[in-house]
Amino acid sequence: MKTYVLQRLVIALLTLLGMSVVIFVLLRLAPGDIVDILFATAGYISPSEKQALMKELGIDRPYVIQYLDWLRQVVTGDLGKSYRYDLPAWEVIRPLVPVTLELAALSMVFAVLIGVPAGVVSAVRQDTTLDYLLRVFSLAGLSMPAFWLGMVIILGLVSWFAWIPPLTYVSPTKDLKLHLIQFLLPALAVGYRSSALIMRITRSSLLEVMREDYIRTAWAKGQTGRIVIWRHALKNALLPVVTVIGIEFAFLIGGLVVTETVFNLPGVARFLVQAILWRDYPVVQNLVMFTAIVVILSNLIVDMLYGVLDPRVRYGG
Amino acid sequence: MAVRPAAIAVPAGARPSTGAWTVLARFVRKKPLGAAGGALMLLMVITALFAELLQTQDPIATNAAYTLGRPNLEHLLGTDHLGRDIYSRIVHGARVSLVVGVASTLLGSVLGGIIGLLSGYVGGKTDLVTQRILDILQGLPLLVLALVMSAALGPSVQNVVIAISIPIIPRAARVIRSSVLSIREMQYVEAARSLGVQHLRIAFRHILPNTIGPFIVLCTAQLGSAILVEATLSYLGLGVPEPYPSWGRMLSVSAAEYAQKAPHLVLFPGIAISLAVFASNLLGDALRDTLDPRLRGS
Repeated sequence: MKTYVLQRLVIALLTLLGMSVVIFVLLRLAPGDIVDILFATAGYISPSEKQALMKELGIDRPYVIQYLDWLRQVVTGDLGKSYRYDLPAWEVIRPLVPVTLELAALSMVFAVLIGVPAGVVSAVRQDTTLDYLLRVFSLAGLSMPAFWLGMVIILGLVSWFAWIPPLTYVSPTKDLKLHLIQFLLPALAVGYRSSALIMRITRSSLLEVMREDYIRTAWAKGQTGRIVIWRHALKNALLPVVTVIGIEFAFLIGGLVVTETVFNLPGVARFLVQAILWRDYPVVQNLVMFTAIVVILSNLIVDMLYGVLDPRVRYGG
Repeated sequence: MAVRPAAIAVPAGARPSTGAWTVLARFVRKKPLGAAGGALMLLMVITALFAELLQTQDPIATNAAYTLGRPNLEHLLGTDHLGRDIYSRIVHGARVSLVVGVASTLLGSVLGGIIGLLSGYVGGKTDLVTQRILDILQGLPLLVLALVMSAALGPSVQNVVIAISIPIIPRAARVIRSSVLSIREMQYVEAARSLGVQHLRIAFRHILPNTIGPFIVLCTAQLGSAILVEATLSYLGLGVPEPYPSWGRMLSVSAAEYAQKAPHLVLFPGIAISLAVFASNLLGDALRDTLDPRLRGS
């Protein structure tokens, strides 16, 4: 187990290192550098000022040096300096992190709460009208843009309840109830979308398990349906579901990007979009790297969970 | 007169007919949902092809006298904040969505497919290294990668296509590689090799045609998410630029502002996106069940 974890950590580090190269190269491949873009938006170009800015940002140096310097930043947890605010990016981002974490966690809760039961019902009632309805429902969730779903929810609230959700962020210490309402709606929008994949995997995995001998034995000894399904079958069907939840986490970050924008929540994902629109590339570069770290870590945690859920899984060897 | 012996009698229906219509009819009967998705996709293709005939107004003509107008006979789905006809914009938006969606899916799938084919065929260290590199690309959320790419490349139709296709590459490569791995071991490949056929020729002439099933499944599955990503990028202002009417951009800031006064501004483009993605998802699922037996029932 210990060697396995070590092995995985080394692979994760190598992947991250590779990812840093990919991100770096992709952004350098793009035509025009940050200074060009900054000056283009300002509308004039003064060569000496341009040179000075390039020097200040350190992009007049060779790529390799720039890359190594960036790597040093990442390792030391330095997210660079935000042009927009003229502050270290981390100071701008720090208050935004809890917002995104809360939203991500709530969305995941919704996704599991909708996805797993829907998948179970759909598998148990395979090929009935209910099964078809649930499958269409989940596929519909996968097909609707998260930002549009958010807009429709707001629209519905406004027109049916004549109630407009607070347009600015409400902190939990100020008004807990309003804060929760503010978070539940976007979490529902993102969670519904993420539930689709969870439901499908739960369904197919449960269908497979239900054909096993030990399930027939459980039925034969007169066990009630509820116990057979929830206690015997679901336990073994959950393994692939856990993997998908891990993968979903990466999807979820994508969903948050737009949802935070629509609901005007001051989170990291919205900040990423704004940083992109402001051409705040060092911050973009570091935030993308940060996302990658989160995704890889969550994959690692999922793999570790296997052993807990399924004792047959042995690591290493 | 010598009577030619009748061909060995095959009772009608004993052998499944392989005529195109029969296959289609069987698909409709077995996969009604998938067929419905296919019909919707066909409708979208027709709309995209004949947008000029189907429009009722000029999609980019503004009309200051009738802004945020409710749907009426002249403007079937109402007008936006500049008085542009929403129905006609949606009709033309189908073209943008479909062109960007299909182009980026094909670009990503073909590039990824070739990488997967070569990586799977060559095997060994090449394969290992390629797979690790693909892991890296896949480690980023699709939207985040597309977002960064499109921002870096700048807004144009061409760049949006590139930005959306890059995240598709690793997914395509993985699918094609896994089917190449099993085809590679088949006897006819061994036969070709023993005849001295060159490697590249084996890969492209003998193995590639047999990956067409998974490839079609892959493309339909990715088409939906490509359309969705295009809409999202355009919504965020990083997608298809003006004057092309894009469904995503129709929903952007302006729509959010006027949403209360004119809900049709928000509803109709969103329904168009959802229907298009829904249709390609339905079709993709059904095709996967039909063409890729390993995944049947999931």
